[in-house]
Amino acid sequence: MFRPMLVAAVFVAGVTAVAAQSNPIAARKDIMKAVGDQTKIATAMVREQAPFDLEKAHQIFAAYAEAAAKMPALFPPDSKNGDTKAAPRVWESMDDFKARFAKFEADAKAAGSAVKDLASFKEQFAAVAKSCGGCHESYRLK
Amino acid sequence: MRKVLIALALAVLAGAVGGWVLTEPQSLAAGALGPHTANFDNGRTMFFAGGCASCHVTPNQDDRSRLGGGLALTSPFGTFHVPNISPHPQDGIGSWSEADFVTAMTKGTSPDGRHYYPAFPYASYQRMRLEDVRDLFAYLKTLPPVAGRPPDHDLGFPYNLRRAVGLWKWLYLDGKPFAADPALPADVARGAYLVEGPGHCAECHSPRDALGGIIPAQRFAGGPNPEGKGWVPNITPAGLKDWSADDIAYLLETGMTPEGDSIGGSMAPVIRNMEQLSPADRAAIAAYLKALPPVEGPKRREAGE
Repeated sequence: MFRPMLVAAVFVAGVTAVAAQSNPIAARKDIMKAVGDQTKIATAMVREQAPFDLEKAHQIFAAYAEAAAKMPALFPPDSKNGDTKAAPRVWESMDDFKARFAKFEADAKAAGSAVKDLASFKEQFAAVAKSCGGCHESYRLK
Repeated sequence: MRKVLIALALAVLAGAVGGWVLTEPQSLAAGALGPHTANFDNGRTMFFAGGCASCHVTPNQDDRSRLGGGLALTSPFGTFHVPNISPHPQDGIGSWSEADFVTAMTKGTSPDGRHYYPAFPYASYQRMRLEDVRDLFAYLKTLPPVAGRPPDHDLGFPYNLRRAVGLWKWLYLDGKPFAADPALPADVARGAYLVEGPGHCAECHSPRDALGGIIPAQRFAGGPNPEGKGWVPNITPAGLKDWSADDIAYLLETGMTPEGDSIGGSMAPVIRNMEQLSPADRAAIAAYLKALPPVEGPKRREAGE
């Protein structure tokens, strides 16, 4: 039972990777959309429009870390043009661009371990979310 | 025939003299300002409300108190190189008098009597209260001096004729200080001052005519990005339909939209200023934006965003 599942898992992962390779623009949009959805949940809790939920808080930071890990591979040179708001600067400063994702991933993981309650969530979220605007300013058009 | 020629020559001369008089840069006399005790806290508030750092901070470093200039601002008229406004005595504003500074902020005229281009948003800063401008000057003088002068602006003809900015001023600079409608609640009035004066929100968030003047009927209704790509959003209630005042205030504090997006582009550095304001001032800005009449802006020409 274990082996077929493993094979299936590898196969699914492979298909996902191929899909990502074949259309990196669509793949990175999906990831950012998912990040936005998590952020919406996060801001609702921070603004106390929704009750604080520790499990959701952990999911938010886990989703950020996962997105940060996947994103750097989704900017091959041929994905510069097309239906994308990624700025040409991404490809001019690829090292910095990747380093920022690495930092964001590390920050999100650390935040996930540090969050305990609403107060610590507010603090951790504010710190992690600073990376969003910094990167969007430099690397996203709009 | 000779009479006609003389008349024509006189007309040209009158036009030239008129044009010259019309484009004369205005300045404040050195002794025009009374005594003033600077409020540095208020100066700091004006610094962040005014967004000075967004343009004047030295690029490619993180210290937002270093105002060495050098950022290149592209526009349809050419490229503006942002000047040094650090208190450096030669390269910045270290040797300016208070009257020089007030003149620059409210009349758009340099200490050597030349027009500034309205990329420097004095059409908004002219609305600032005199004491706020003086407090801002006092605050700027506490920041570190930065050496170095950015290059001159690189503008196409006829925009490279600085004297001609006088005509622009004649058209668009009315010299009136801010006057809030007395019927407005106190928070909305404070927001109105911050938005219309130091905040200079209309400078980017309004469409402009061919001469670079804001189209009054579409003030705050967004339009093409003056820096080139993209679109500046409509911030009247027509554009921010689904936003509560609290949503706007939260955006100004964190950069996060109600949809979970973190805004980037030219607004990201604006957020870094707005997050430094008091919660009451951010709420006041939000209250004023919500109180604006809803106005439809120009239609987007590009597909999507």
